[in-house]
Amino acid sequence: MTGAQASLAADARWRAWELALLAALAGSWFIVGEHALLANEIAVLALFALSLDLILGYAGIISLGHAAFFGFGAYTAALFAKHVMPDPLVGMLVAIAAAAVLGAASSVLVMRGSDLARLMITLGVAAILFELANKLDFTGGADGLQGVTIAPLLGRFEFDLYGRTAYAYSLALLVLGLLIARRIVHSPFGWSLQAIRDNRLRASAIGLDVDLRLGAIYTIAAAMAGAAGALLAQTTGFASLDGLDFHRSADVMLVVVIGGAGWLWGGVLGAIAFKLMHDLLSAWTPQYWTFWLGLFLVVLVMVGRDRFFKPWLWFRRGGRS
Amino acid sequence: MLTLLFDGVAYGMLLFVLAVGLAVTLGLMNFVNLAHGAFAMAGGYVTVLLMDRAGVPFLATLPLAFLIPAMLGAVAERTLYRPMYTRPHLDHVLFSIGLVFMTVAAVDYFVGSQQQIIKLPEYLQGRFEIAGVGIGRYRLFIVVVCLVLTGLLQWVLARTRFGSRLRAAVDDPRVAAGLGINVNQVFSVTFAVGSGLAGLGGALGAEILGLDPTFPLKFMIYFLIVVSVGGTTTITGPLLAALLLGIADVAGKYYVPKLGAFVVYALMVAILFFRPQGLFGRAATK
Repeated sequence: MTGAQASLAADARWRAWELALLAALAGSWFIVGEHALLANEIAVLALFALSLDLILGYAGIISLGHAAFFGFGAYTAALFAKHVMPDPLVGMLVAIAAAAVLGAASSVLVMRGSDLARLMITLGVAAILFELANKLDFTGGADGLQGVTIAPLLGRFEFDLYGRTAYAYSLALLVLGLLIARRIVHSPFGWSLQAIRDNRLRASAIGLDVDLRLGAIYTIAAAMAGAAGALLAQTTGFASLDGLDFHRSADVMLVVVIGGAGWLWGGVLGAIAFKLMHDLLSAWTPQYWTFWLGLFLVVLVMVGRDRFFKPWLWFRRGGRS
Repeated sequence: MLTLLFDGVAYGMLLFVLAVGLAVTLGLMNFVNLAHGAFAMAGGYVTVLLMDRAGVPFLATLPLAFLIPAMLGAVAERTLYRPMYTRPHLDHVLFSIGLVFMTVAAVDYFVGSQQQIIKLPEYLQGRFEIAGVGIGRYRLFIVVVCLVLTGLLQWVLARTRFGSRLRAAVDDPRVAAGLGINVNQVFSVTFAVGSGLAGLGGALGAEILGLDPTFPLKFMIYFLIVVSVGGTTTITGPLLAALLLGIADVAGKYYVPKLGAFVVYALMVAILFFRPQGLFGRAATK
């Protein structure tokens, strides 16, 4: 093995703390108790953040409309359960496939142009879907899609009021998503994405098909976001406009940034931190919690993420800023 | 039909005044400022609050609706925005979204979340007909004011020394700085004027667009459409884009109310797909 190969392979090796985190995730099911509903929301958000991290952290695509796929997955899963069949696993597969198709179609739009054009196109796609869901008849408009009943998981485990089954289901999918994402980013394909992120021109100069690779990761991320949306719809029995809202795209971006972009566990840790912060703040000031969220964002960016979370760097010179 | 066209033009002119500051910010410093709508909202609230609580007549509030956001803009540029210019785009986006969240919640806290209603003076109400075309007085007023502003802007940009400095700085900030132009100062002034114009637009538009604390979020995408479709290198680009957007939006809502804003978004995505640098922009040099 040459030096470069060895250093790339070293990244892909499982570390002890990663296994410990995986074990902690699985073990959390036994200790959540009455907080299972909150934990379920965290798991859904973590999966969603993971999908955004794939395109934002690894491929460098700034998306302000990632909620498009989340909401699309949610509506697909809810509609499928209502009109075709209520089985959750089949519904999940259908929602993933639908979100992937949407992602592949819109990835063509994302490959072109500058950061601004890309920002606008992702924002525009989400806005189009929002308007459609708002105005079409079968999506229930502003009231959301109500009265969705989901059959028991694997025909045996009922989705109960306490969210125990729901959390197990979300957790299983989150772990699956993590494993898949980990496999992707440590593959040659994942390395090539990081090369594209760091220098697009150079990446294409060494013979990488930039558009094709960006399209592929965008589709994968869309499918994963669709899975997260479907999870939310299935575990709450409800799909609403909220899933497509701009707020959701901004929130998930914040989650990725808190946890750290370009780091798979960042999505999970960010989701936990964000949800807890959200719960604390909205319990304290239900109406104005977004102010503190905004302040947090501004301070985070101004101080710089690295220095914010590593106070011991404050007194050291150098670094990014 | 023509009435509809006229309404669309008035709407478009309004959007232009609201968004032109953003076009300059983006073109000059390559800064994606999603918080531009916050300054527009500030102007709207200045007018509404002055009229409601102090009884100042509508026209007299307009200069203040320009000045106060302009001052806010100047202060914010100096203290908050300047350190951000050299950061990556992701930081710009996060930072300005944070600002939007803060202003939305702050306005909600101080003024309340209800929709603000603006009482126009008598002489601006109602409509009259010219050759069978119904024209709202207030709409006409907006068109006239915005036309004057556009003319003024064009004159400043094309004929004055400051305008040529600004154009030089937009084209290439480094070379402009090398020629002895104080780019930072040019930018501070432009940012303040742009914020002021947004405030004026917000005040004028309070009646048509509606005014509540979520204003910056609701119209953010519209401003960005104007800028990204129009390009940031000229002033006519955003103007034409704003008119196009205004007419498309009014016509879309009238003829296919079921689809609503769908038409506008679809149009934007299509345009940006085929011309990522905007309809009237040149390819980016940076």
